[in-house]
Amino acid sequence: MTHPTMSSGPSGSVYLDHAASTPMYPEAVAAMAEQLTRPGNPSSLHASGRAARRVVEESRETIADAINARPGEVVFTSGGTESDNLAVKGIYWARRSEDPRRTRILSTAVEHHAVLDSLHWLEERGAEVELLPVNRCGRLETGALREAIERDPGSVALVTAMWANNEVGTVQPIAQVVAIAHEHGIPVHTDAVQAVGQVEVDFARTGVDALTLTAHKIGGPVGVGALVVRRELDVTPLLHGGGQERDIRSGTIDAPAIRGFATAVELSVKRRPENAARLAALRDDLLRRVSQVVPDAVLNGDKNCSLDNRLPGNAHIQFPGCEGDSLLMLLDARGIECSTGSACSAGVPQPSHVLLAMGADEVAARSALRFSLGHTTTQADVDALVEAIGPVVERARAAGVASGFGVGSTSTAKVG
Amino acid sequence: MRVLAAMSGGVDSAVAAARAADAGHDVTGIHLALSRNPKSYRTGARGCCTIEDSNDARRAADVIGIPFYVWDMSDRFHEDVVEDFMTEYAEGRTPNPCLRCNEKIKVAAVLERAVALGFDAVATGHYARLAPGPDGLVEMHRAADMGKDQSYVLGVLTQDQLRHSLFPLGDSRKAQVRAEAEERGLSVAKKPDSHDICFISDGDTGGWLQEKLGERVAATAGEIRDHATGEVLGTHEGTYRYTIGQRKGLRIGRPAPDGRPRYVLDIEPVSGTLTVGPREELTVDHVTAFRPRWCGTVPAEPLEGTVQLRAHGEEHRATVHVVRGAGEAGDEVVIELHEAARGIAPGQAAVVYDGTRVVGSATITKAARRQRQGA
Repeated sequence: MTHPTMSSGPSGSVYLDHAASTPMYPEAVAAMAEQLTRPGNPSSLHASGRAARRVVEESRETIADAINARPGEVVFTSGGTESDNLAVKGIYWARRSEDPRRTRILSTAVEHHAVLDSLHWLEERGAEVELLPVNRCGRLETGALREAIERDPGSVALVTAMWANNEVGTVQPIAQVVAIAHEHGIPVHTDAVQAVGQVEVDFARTGVDALTLTAHKIGGPVGVGALVVRRELDVTPLLHGGGQERDIRSGTIDAPAIRGFATAVELSVKRRPENAARLAALRDDLLRRVSQVVPDAVLNGDKNCSLDNRLPGNAHIQFPGCEGDSLLMLLDARGIECSTGSACSAGVPQPSHVLLAMGADEVAARSALRFSLGHTTTQADVDALVEAIGPVVERARAAGVASGFGVGSTSTAKVG
Repeated sequence: MRVLAAMSGGVDSAVAAARAADAGHDVTGIHLALSRNPKSYRTGARGCCTIEDSNDARRAADVIGIPFYVWDMSDRFHEDVVEDFMTEYAEGRTPNPCLRCNEKIKVAAVLERAVALGFDAVATGHYARLAPGPDGLVEMHRAADMGKDQSYVLGVLTQDQLRHSLFPLGDSRKAQVRAEAEERGLSVAKKPDSHDICFISDGDTGGWLQEKLGERVAATAGEIRDHATGEVLGTHEGTYRYTIGQRKGLRIGRPAPDGRPRYVLDIEPVSGTLTVGPREELTVDHVTAFRPRWCGTVPAEPLEGTVQLRAHGEEHRATVHVVRGAGEAGDEVVIELHEAARGIAPGQAAVVYDGTRVVGSATITKAARRQRQGA
């Protein structure tokens, strides 16, 4: 059953999966569509090329302006995964070639796979990767970072830590991470894919050296993003070719996508204060009413839901005795769309590495759902979820009992 | 009805799901993820557990127009199928993992969860027919296409499981199913059938067991003895490499005095002794089996019917007795074959038929010749 009269999702559904991908702003669609009708490669020297170039450079300025960076610091990429790969590998390679003793990379246990898998890849080729622990809220312990750096500062190539977690919404102490790393001249990369538009992201003021952005999490098109990287920082390229983006990134510049991206960044940052307050209120209402219907539901992540601590659109809830897969399927059948964690290419559910790093056991990690709210979310969406969740949890629990889910595990390892 | 279609990524389960949807059921497709690390399983068209198969199943569900999910059954698969496979081999038996998977995973685990989630039935692409029988029982019969009949590996299903099962392909021939898949625009139409054991990626069962079982199988190394004289003819590296009726790989230097080939007649896992002898010694007509599972009522009288003693094996006419409470694990099934059969391996299933109807299934514990037993 769907709720056509009160739906917000792209297909008439109740769409509570903005952290996976967010519907595009109509303004971004219009800007991108207009640019799609215009010919011209931004690298061409003729009039059409110059016109396309102008759109790209204006977009670069818009994005730089929105996050307080310089236009020359914005390097366009194909999205978050490429930006993370470029930052982690490119900065590591450049720093190591400057000084071969720099073999260590410090990161956290709760990074996105685009960072984690890049780290593992480097590790197989000689890098020493240290994933620093997080607390029960999923927050990096900066003491552990300081200790890891001070053990041998000269051997650290870079520190990479996400701005906000994509699964449980925990905001990391990025300013402190930067302060500690910079005491020893170590560059810091941060994946801010989930943070932009939800919390304040200020590139210059935090002092990070590189920052990952993507368009489709903030109302822009999929397939475009940026690595914002300080001019002074050397980055070895991943993609070789025409050298279009500061010689760090090659490939024909996608003017239409970049225009849609810039529109989305501008709108999401401009509307952030009111949007964040609105999402936080909806999220708090969702949490309060879900826990009335399902009293043993547990909020994963930081229970202090202030904007400094948790993304306002994030509600990550554990339903003891239920398999996340079952819940997702039952909600989907009722037209309510959410996620069991981060979507995985193979479609094979794995217990979340984020929840495991936060101290959850495997059963607890597999009994959680992520509801992520965004710019199209309405009160009606929350109402629809609250109405459905009781019977859905009851069903999923019966299925959990039937398939022996969680048998023999402790239920004491509740998160948070 | 609300129907859950188990979709392997192959042509059969895709057409089964499509037919269930055509019949007016509210169908949801699922693919079972049986390995946490799908790359280690057979790739491409040969297995049923790879990422490619999962994608094929997803595409088929798109074309049919039904929702699709992946269910993680990897833990249960490992415990109930892979571990069991290893243990059975280590104990000198020859298990059938596909049958075990049907019993424990494809039907039991999926059905339990499906029913709990509010589904009325599970549809699969198995070739077998269901028909209403007397007293409101559901009967399972051999498929119309005897070449594809899978009633042997479904013989473990109980009446309650059969009531919640749909086998939409039971009346069809494989060629028809392929043609229908083509007409329906299912891209899996030309995909080859799967055969080998899905969790052994290179098909080398001996090598796989050696790696997995390590010392446990090294302990099953031992002597090869002649059945009649007891003479030691050689040694071998582990009983797990052999199955009853096997001729190859014995590597006995000396030929038999009469120059005829020798076959494995018996496997004794504790001492690691293989007994070998001529082909005629392989013939048996008295088979004992345990852990019976009955599709309907337990046969009270000795049943004159047929039995199938291995996958793709022939039918043997037989008299079947159920000995209540005889074995350690409950009832025992004693099968008197009317004509002797060869190469019957403990661990395989004996499936009992009455005509085309499946009566039940049990695991073979012993196969012998009546005169050797003095019976």
